[in-house]
Amino acid sequence: MHHEETFTDRNVSEQSAYYYVDIESYPTTGWDKFKQVVKRTFSGELFVGLWVVMREMIKFDIHTVQYPLEKLPIGPRYRAVHKLLRLWESGYERCIGCGLCEKICISDCIRMDTKIDENSRKEVTEYSINLGRCIFCGYCAEVCPELAIVHGDRYENGSEQRAHFVIKDDMLTPLDMLKAGQQSEYPGFGAIIPGSDAAVKKTPLAY
Amino acid sequence: MDIAFIIETIVKIVVILLIFSALAGFGTYFERKVLAFMQRRLGPMHVGPYGLLQIAADGIKLFTKEDIIPQNVVKPIFKIAPVITAATAFMAAAAIPFWPQFTVMGYTVHPIVADINVGILYVLGVMAIGLYGPLLGGMASANKWSLISAARSAAIFISYEVITGLSLLAPLMMVGSLSLIDINNYQTGGIGHWIVWSQPVAFILFWIAAFAETGRTPFHLVANDHEIIDGFGTEYSGMRWGLFFIGEYANMFFISFVISIIFLGGFGDGTIAGAIQLILKVAFFFFFFLWTRAAWPDVRPDQLMWLCWKVLMPIAVLNVVVTGIVMMF
Repeated sequence: MHHEETFTDRNVSEQSAYYYVDIESYPTTGWDKFKQVVKRTFSGELFVGLWVVMREMIKFDIHTVQYPLEKLPIGPRYRAVHKLLRLWESGYERCIGCGLCEKICISDCIRMDTKIDENSRKEVTEYSINLGRCIFCGYCAEVCPELAIVHGDRYENGSEQRAHFVIKDDMLTPLDMLKAGQQSEYPGFGAIIPGSDAAVKKTPLAY
Repeated sequence: MDIAFIIETIVKIVVILLIFSALAGFGTYFERKVLAFMQRRLGPMHVGPYGLLQIAADGIKLFTKEDIIPQNVVKPIFKIAPVITAATAFMAAAAIPFWPQFTVMGYTVHPIVADINVGILYVLGVMAIGLYGPLLGGMASANKWSLISAARSAAIFISYEVITGLSLLAPLMMVGSLSLIDINNYQTGGIGHWIVWSQPVAFILFWIAAFAETGRTPFHLVANDHEIIDGFGTEYSGMRWGLFFIGEYANMFFISFVISIIFLGGFGDGTIAGAIQLILKVAFFFFFFLWTRAAWPDVRPDQLMWLCWKVLMPIAVLNVVVTGIVMMF
C-alpha cells in the first residue's frame, strides 16, 4: 500500500497568523454558573462530537498500516544497516580497498583487510562493521569514492546476533541478485547528485 | 409445581447464561472494532478473518492466566467480589422478557425466566446489588487506586439509583404495573403508543442514569485508566477480572433491553417483526454505549454528583409531579 500523502501547508504565515482564542471569564455567582450550564447543555456540543466520530466511521478512511504485510516507504536519506554494492557490468566488488571508510569512522567500528590479487587488483579479504559501536552517522557512505558502501533500507534488524548483519557476505550484493538486476542504486548518503553527468568536464589536454 | 416447568426454567436459565456470556465476548469485539473505526484504525485484524477469533484468544488468555491473590488483600472478600458483579448482572436478567412468547410443537414458551409482578423493581434492585462487586473488590484489594474506585462506585451507583427510580416512576404511574410484560403490552398499539412520546424527560433521564449504572464512558470514573489505573480491577487477574468484565457487558445488554422495553415499545404486539425490532433497538442502545465512548470525555466525580443531585433529581421529581397532575385531571 504505497501512496504519497499530500500534506496541507501548516506553516504560520502573514495570512494565517496566530490569533488569541476568545476566552470568557469564569462565572463567579451561582446564577452565572447556572446560565453557563444551561448554555452548554443545549448548545449541542455533545452531538457535534457524536457526529464527528460517526462521520469518520462512515467515511472509513482508515490510516492503519498493517506493518508486517504493508510497509511505509522510507526516505532515501534514511541510514539503515550498510550494504556493499557490485559493479553492474563486471560483477566485481566496487570496493577498491582504499580504507577511507575505516579511517573516517568516528566510532572506529569498521575493520578491513586487503591484499593484492593475481590481477594486481587490490582485493578486500575481510570487511566487517561492529554494529554494537556503529552510530549510523553515514560518514563511511559519504566518503566512499566508489559508491561501494551505502546505507541500505534494511531497518528490520532483529536477530540473535548483531554480527549477522555485518558479515561481508551478508552486506555484499550476491552475484545472482546482481544478474537479475535486483541491486538497486541507493539515492541516499554518498550517492551521485542527480544531473552530475552533465557537470563532468573533460580534463583539458594542457595539463 | 410440575416437572415440565422446572425443566423449562432450567433450560431458559442455561440458554440466557450461555447467550449473554458469549454476547459479552462479542461485545468486546464490537467495542474494539467500532472504537477503532471511529478513530480511523482497523482494530483487531490478526486472529482469524477480520480478527473475529480475537474473542477466543482473549478467552483462552483469561482462562489460562494465573489467578493472583495479592498478599495483603482480604482473601474471601477479594475472591467473591467478581462473582457478585457477574451473578447480579445475570440475576437481573430473570425478569426481562427477551422475546415474545412463541409456540414450539404445541408447547408455548415464555422467553422470560420469571414473569413476577414486580419485574422492573426486581431488575433495578438486583442491578443495585451489583454495586457490591466494585465496592467490596476495591476495598479488599489493599490498593489505594482500588479504594478510590470503590468509594466512587458507591457514590455513583447509590446516587444514580435515585435517578433511575424517580425517572421510572412516571411511566410506571401511567402503566400501573411493575411487570415488564405489562409495560410492553401497554405499548402494543404501534410506534405512536410508545412511552417515549409521553415521557421523553423520563426516557432521557433513565438513559443518562444507565450510563452511570453500567459505568460507561461519560461516567466511567469507577475505573478511569488515566487516574486510577483500572480502579477496582487493578489487583485482579485472569478469570476473576474476566468476571468483572462479563458482568459489565451483560449489564450493558440488560439495561439496553430494559430501556427498549419500557420506553420504546419492546417487542410490540409479539410478532416476529416486533421481536426483531426489539433486537434492533437493543443493538442501537448497545452501539450508543460504544459511540459515546469514542466521542465524549469523562466528567469529574464532583461534576457527576452535581449533575445527579442538582440537575437530574429535581427534573425527575418535577416530571413525576407533572405526570401526576396530568393524570389526575
